[in-house]
Amino acid sequence: MKIKEKALVISQEKLAEGIYSLIIETKASQYAIPGQFVSLYMNDGSHLLPRPISICQIDKEKGTLRLVYRVVGKGTKEFSSLAAGDKLEIMGPLGNGFPIEGDRVIVVGGGIGVPPMLGLAEAHTGSVISVMGYRNDDTFLTQEFTDVAGDLIIATDDGSIGVKGTVVDAMEENKLEADVIYACGPKPMLKGVAKYAESHDIKCYVSMEERMACGVGACLGCVCQSKEVDDHSHVKNKRVCKDGPVFLSTEVEL
Amino acid sequence: MNTAVKIAGVEFQNPIMEASGTFGSGQEYSEFVDLNSLGAVVTKGVANVPWPGNPTPRIAEVSSGMLNAIGLQNPGVEVFCKRDLEFLKQFPNTKVLVNVCGHSTEEYIEVVDRLAGENRVDMLEINISCPNVKAGGITFGTDPKNVEAITKEMKKHAKQPVIMKLSPNVTDIKEVAKAAEAGGADGISLINTLTGMKIDVERQDFVLANKTGGMSGPAVHPIAVRMVYECANTVSIPIIGMGGISTWEDAVEMMLAGATAISVGTANFYNPTATTDILAGLKEYMKRKQINDVNDIIGIVK
Repeated sequence: MKIKEKALVISQEKLAEGIYSLIIETKASQYAIPGQFVSLYMNDGSHLLPRPISICQIDKEKGTLRLVYRVVGKGTKEFSSLAAGDKLEIMGPLGNGFPIEGDRVIVVGGGIGVPPMLGLAEAHTGSVISVMGYRNDDTFLTQEFTDVAGDLIIATDDGSIGVKGTVVDAMEENKLEADVIYACGPKPMLKGVAKYAESHDIKCYVSMEERMACGVGACLGCVCQSKEVDDHSHVKNKRVCKDGPVFLSTEVEL
Repeated sequence: MNTAVKIAGVEFQNPIMEASGTFGSGQEYSEFVDLNSLGAVVTKGVANVPWPGNPTPRIAEVSSGMLNAIGLQNPGVEVFCKRDLEFLKQFPNTKVLVNVCGHSTEEYIEVVDRLAGENRVDMLEINISCPNVKAGGITFGTDPKNVEAITKEMKKHAKQPVIMKLSPNVTDIKEVAKAAEAGGADGISLINTLTGMKIDVERQDFVLANKTGGMSGPAVHPIAVRMVYECANTVSIPIIGMGGISTWEDAVEMMLAGATAISVGTANFYNPTATTDILAGLKEYMKRKQINDVNDIIGIVK
């Protein structure tokens, strides 16, 4: 069930340089699962297309969604100025979300791929190890990961905290094993995680991103390449917004 | 109050359609709108075989509009008939226009022939104006001689009425409209997107993998109105008007300029109920203006 409505902003806070946490009250919270996303619409009417933002946390009782995003352009800049009491047009939840599988799992996030992994770590029924990668010690959500899942391993590009290097370096250093790995982050990171999973014979889900227009699978703007012929267009293109954003690492070209 | 309009003997319950490529075959939007309430569903372009489309990024936002370079990704006519036409059988009140694309006249003919026996297809919209494919598409649509020739070929093969979809990327769209009429087209639809480009100043590179893309959205609406007006005053075949229509006012404007029906495109992306909102607004306008028949507003602004 997809909701299109004006959501109420409950709160907004800055978590790190350019990283904001927005809590909105919306009926979409009742239908959302971790790994899905919502489309946010700008109030500035000259910017038409919705911005797809991953869901960080879902609170069905309070009827809220938490969205943690990075300011990268005009849309996210406008959203970062929203305050409690403001209204924000949204549509969602969109996309497929993460399937909950396995007894021992690793959730891996890099940069702005960190936030959706928090909701997954929270909702997963198995034992969870979180591996989160940041540029430097200006981290975000680390306390929450520790709170919901216990084990958190941090990797930073500059080594200012945690393992110096990538999340894959951190996984290798800690010799992590699991039934399932879930990952969200930049493509080179996903590629590295998928390779780690393959070499350790672990099932791996990756969450992809692409520029979108409709967000519902109609416009075919946001496809990614799949290894097998896709069901929709019978070529080798899966729709990130509708068939994804979560795919098995073995079904897409990374 | 009569909202029905007729094009080439096909009656549409109202003049509101959605524009090809923005709506799939309706499945994705059927969660938001009752497809049975639309004048017509205009499908995404269908080719003889599956087309993979262009590399990504395929989408860029511009002020009051967007660029797309999808490149007509589609599953081919066989899958389309079995899946999409089958799906559309649930909505008997809505007419179905199938947008047909190809790289060559032979490919267009193959699709038109395949659709000839499909009774869910009420009309064909021949896409000779897509700016995002290297062969076919726009290369057919910019030279009036080619337009007349391909229109004749389509008419020879088609069992349903033929609408030629025109490109605005021409010096004089009236000449192209006349060529379509001379070729025997039952109607024309316009405008397809305007070729545009966006460059990322930080990366100092094109935003779209295809470098250029088709521009659509509210920013192009005045161009579309002008072109519909010009064509309506040049040819006597009916026109389906489109280009940046996002409100009922835009739709009425297009009809006043001479369109018998209108299509809603890019607006679906930011307002999934744009089509039905526009229909409600049109009815409200007719009531307020005491217009009993929507046909009475077509092309009355001269």
